[in-house]
Amino acid sequence: MNDNIKIEVRRLNFYYSGALHVLKDISFSMYKNTVTALIGPSGCGKTTFLRCLNRMHDLYPGNRYEGEIWMDDDNILDNDIDHIGLRSKVGMVFQKPTPFPMSIFENIAFGLKLMGIKKKTEIAERVERALKDAALWEETADILNKFALSLSGGQQQRLCIARAIAVEPEVILMDEPCSALDPIATAKIEDLITELTKRYTVIIVTHNMQQAARVSEYTGFFMMGKLIEFDTTQKIFTAPSDKMTEDYITGRFG
Amino acid sequence: MERQFEKELQDLRENLLKMGTLVEEAIANAVKSLVERNSDLARRTIECDCQIDQLEVKLEEKAVRLLALRQPMARDLRFIIKSVKIIASLERIGDHAVNISERALELNKEPPLKPYIDIPRMARAAQTMLKEALDAFINEDTALAFKVCHNDQIIDDLDDQILRELLTFMMEDPHTITRAVRIIQISKYLERIGDLATNIAESIIYMVEARDIRHGGYTKEDPK
Repeated sequence: MNDNIKIEVRRLNFYYSGALHVLKDISFSMYKNTVTALIGPSGCGKTTFLRCLNRMHDLYPGNRYEGEIWMDDDNILDNDIDHIGLRSKVGMVFQKPTPFPMSIFENIAFGLKLMGIKKKTEIAERVERALKDAALWEETADILNKFALSLSGGQQQRLCIARAIAVEPEVILMDEPCSALDPIATAKIEDLITELTKRYTVIIVTHNMQQAARVSEYTGFFMMGKLIEFDTTQKIFTAPSDKMTEDYITGRFG
Repeated sequence: MERQFEKELQDLRENLLKMGTLVEEAIANAVKSLVERNSDLARRTIECDCQIDQLEVKLEEKAVRLLALRQPMARDLRFIIKSVKIIASLERIGDHAVNISERALELNKEPPLKPYIDIPRMARAAQTMLKEALDAFINEDTALAFKVCHNDQIIDDLDDQILRELLTFMMEDPHTITRAVRIIQISKYLERIGDLATNIAESIIYMVEARDIRHGGYTKEDPK
């Protein structure tokens, strides 16, 4: 595998229980330390695809994968893959902020404790580092024991990002991370995403095409379960090769 | 349902063509005022340029508004960006029509140096280039746009020819210098009009095919 590739997807097919065929023959690569944006109309399969990357679909019975997803030297679709290990390597941030009903500090310490870290000083250090990396430290340094749900929506979302990066993943999946936020909170998260690529590979699903254009280096356009076009973001938004991509991003359908 | 955005793009397209028509008329009248020694027409042509200038401002404003409010992508983005460039080129061509008219006013006051032969030929070539560039724009016809780019050579050759001919005039009789220099200037204005029409054609190729052929970006497969 090419050294710059973090994840390589080969002929991925995915069926929800009941044999609903939602992803059809997806093949492409996501590069290390870049942001890849996935766009497409509702129901096109982009979120389903994202959730294959940390095998979230396994939480429900009857879902079935075909094909291969190589992350470094492992095919994460292998039956014997360690799900817990995979999810600590692949963090996820959801559409709506999902802080746990506990303090800001505990929200981040939770995953660290789960990983088996017991030393209090180490936990405190890593909480601080995660909050700094998520650009939330300055706002929360003095209120770490405050209930996380008392933060604003944008702060809560950055807390979730801090929680995801505290366990030092390699890949961060983001599913519409800004759709519940105002433009200023969105701008902060977007800056943060760019910052995160220094250490992580980010894959983001978004309905907001301007957002895809702003934050990503690569963009994949999904439609009806197929990857219609994958290219650099610049190419996709100035001169897409496929007529369907063109029609979608210029708002002629979808 | 027709999209509002589509209407706005169409409005920009139509206004751009209107501007193109005014510019075509301006060149035709400027050359006519020279060849037929019609100073009234030259003055009218100079006055008319303000219409073209106003359109430039108005259309650029429309384009900026579309960019800001619609955040266009892909072909819409290419269309608007290149429209702005085409508008600027048309305005420059309008200015050259004014320049030609001004030289015509000066030349019309003096006895003719010689019958105008190559200048009208050059003007026809320039007008054809502009007309074809605008046709290529309406029909998104890249083959025609390529033709415009190649035809620029005809004008360049005529420009050289006029310069050489007038140099001999000037060497033989220094009294012709003032007039000859003015005609050489006109030749240069027409040559510039050809270049600007070429720029418009290049913009159209980018608009339609997302390919930049400027500064030697041609490929072997491109039409000659």
